[in-house]
Amino acid sequence: MYDKEQLRRIFDAFEQWQAQVESDLKKYPERKEKFVSSSGYEFKRCYTPLDVSELDYLKDLGMPGDYPYTRGVQRTMYRGRLWTMRQYAGFGTAEETNKRFKYLLQQGQTGLSVAFDLPTQIGYDSDHPLAEGEVGRVGVAVDSLKDIETLFDGIPLKDVSTSMTINSTAVILLSMYAVTAEKQGAKLEELRGTIQNDILKEYIARGTYIFPPEPSMKIVTDIFEFCAQHMPKWNTISISGYHIREAGANAVQELAFTFADAVAYVEAAIKAGLDPNVFGRQLSFFFAAHNNFLEEIAKFRAARRIWAKIMKERFKVTNQEALRLRFHTQTGGSTLTAQQPLNNIVRVAIQALAAVLGGTQSLHTNSFDEALGLPTEQSVQVALRTQQIIAYESGVADIVDPLAGSFALEALTNQIEEKVWEYLQKIDSLGGMVRAIELGYVQKEIHKSAYEQQLAIEKGEQIVVGVNAFQTKEERPVENILKVDPALEEKQKQALRQLREQRDNRAVANALKELKQAAKEGKNIVPYVFEAVKCYATLGEISDVLREVYGEYTESTSI
Amino acid sequence: MKKYRILIAKPGLDGHDRGAKVVAHALRDAGFEVIYTGLRQTPEQIVKTAIQEDVDLIGLSILSGAHLQLSKKVIELMKKEGIASIPVFVGGIIPPDDVPKLLEIGVARVFGPGTPLSKIVQEVREVLEGVASTSES
Repeated sequence: MYDKEQLRRIFDAFEQWQAQVESDLKKYPERKEKFVSSSGYEFKRCYTPLDVSELDYLKDLGMPGDYPYTRGVQRTMYRGRLWTMRQYAGFGTAEETNKRFKYLLQQGQTGLSVAFDLPTQIGYDSDHPLAEGEVGRVGVAVDSLKDIETLFDGIPLKDVSTSMTINSTAVILLSMYAVTAEKQGAKLEELRGTIQNDILKEYIARGTYIFPPEPSMKIVTDIFEFCAQHMPKWNTISISGYHIREAGANAVQELAFTFADAVAYVEAAIKAGLDPNVFGRQLSFFFAAHNNFLEEIAKFRAARRIWAKIMKERFKVTNQEALRLRFHTQTGGSTLTAQQPLNNIVRVAIQALAAVLGGTQSLHTNSFDEALGLPTEQSVQVALRTQQIIAYESGVADIVDPLAGSFALEALTNQIEEKVWEYLQKIDSLGGMVRAIELGYVQKEIHKSAYEQQLAIEKGEQIVVGVNAFQTKEERPVENILKVDPALEEKQKQALRQLREQRDNRAVANALKELKQAAKEGKNIVPYVFEAVKCYATLGEISDVLREVYGEYTESTSI
Repeated sequence: MKKYRILIAKPGLDGHDRGAKVVAHALRDAGFEVIYTGLRQTPEQIVKTAIQEDVDLIGLSILSGAHLQLSKKVIELMKKEGIASIPVFVGGIIPPDDVPKLLEIGVARVFGPGTPLSKIVQEVREVLEGVASTSES
């Protein structure tokens, strides 16, 4: 972006300045010998045009909405429409969560995001022995269509967009959602929302797998195929770096492992005969926003450029809509501290700002009390207000990609991209992501990074305010931590027993039999799950049928 | 000197294993022998492994909110199997109100987010050496 003569003069000035700095340092050393990013590469003291001299504006950045989308996936970004403010919520029974949803919508939230409890995520009914103590804990308990009907009671599904954090049982929850929407009078093709459906990261970072990788990938591609035909506005997957980051990965690893997963899904879908120009439009992503502000902004910008290149160059995609990386962001849960919890409000604000400056399509801001338990209405309100302050008061939403052209930011964006390609090559050389996971390579990389981060905190190389520095003697405990009433578990089980008595059990048995047959024959199972759901077959019953056909996965326990 | 054996376990359906693995790694680096169960262990499986592996201490990692039920069940089973003298540590997202409840159930130590590894290692040493010296006397 600079001519040679200009660069030469800048180089001379830089050299001179550098010499002065060296002499200053003898008298006034810097705070640290090295300033390193979360990903371990060194930050320079100061970036200049020399660091971005190779940058080609049209090729590397482009206009907002143009390839390679470094500057954003829409032309007007937040000047047109703000990001979707979407708080992840769910606890107890469907009835209780329905109340929280209505509260959030009334507070100005613009989309819904459902948290399911662990039994629902792992395919057990609430009365399964393994579900004991877990019902309604980390999310809402769902056993059958009936619970989903209650969950969205009074919320018109044709008008809201809903994200569901559900993976190994995604096909069941998607079916329940779609059937409920149809009962409300909505058409499948108008439904907007997302299912996480990203099973690969469950094996490496999140742990709610059921089946082995191969049949799991089959279910994922079944959903791609079904939605391409019947639910074109639905995001069939949210390929997630968030949990990989939370499990300990750094910013570069977060992108690298997410894209390695994404490549595996695209390859599987192509192998199943699907066209990436079509299903590619329905892929979405999910990233974390952590504390290292500039690195995080650079990460989001690099992510868009990398994905566009992967789709265009590797998969020969020509449809513009399938080249655009659209993503949801959540602020980093693992950065929240239990000590001096109000400080978390500030952390969340910084992280949320990075996500917005990075061009996110939707955002969840964590509540300050989440290192202690589930958030209360009050803490969720502060979290949502943080987004609203950024949106309406800070002014950052009024200029598209306002930090573009910053020497430091563009240099960091390039650097992250380069390091991500290195990782992707490494994973390709191992035989792809499914193989790399089977080998334990990815798990080991994440664990190594997690351990190093912890050691850096122990040694005081990494300061965490309130934890290893600036501690206070007496902690003021946070009041009103939300408790899930243990009686809800019994209530949920009671309702489930009643359902099993009242439904048409012959129809259920029949639907499950047909599902089993379809799964055995390798047919697309989605329509069969729809039928089972319609006659109120439970999530556990449907999962059991699939367990019988596909088997179960067990992880290696090496550390 | 005896090399102590520690079982790090993930009871219930919770998939958050970052803390469990990091603590296991730190204990190993501190010279202990560490057995990690992996995810989704029932209390029965945990107690069985503790007996089979002849461990000296059990660490339970729970971030799902089910810590009261799960810890209680593990300790009840330990009593039934006659291994109640093995100390149990719990780590995870534990609301402050629940800490005394866990101690009452019979948990020896509770560690929340932000606990330094050095503190965990030190308390493991203290508890184990305390246990060892009483059993010797």
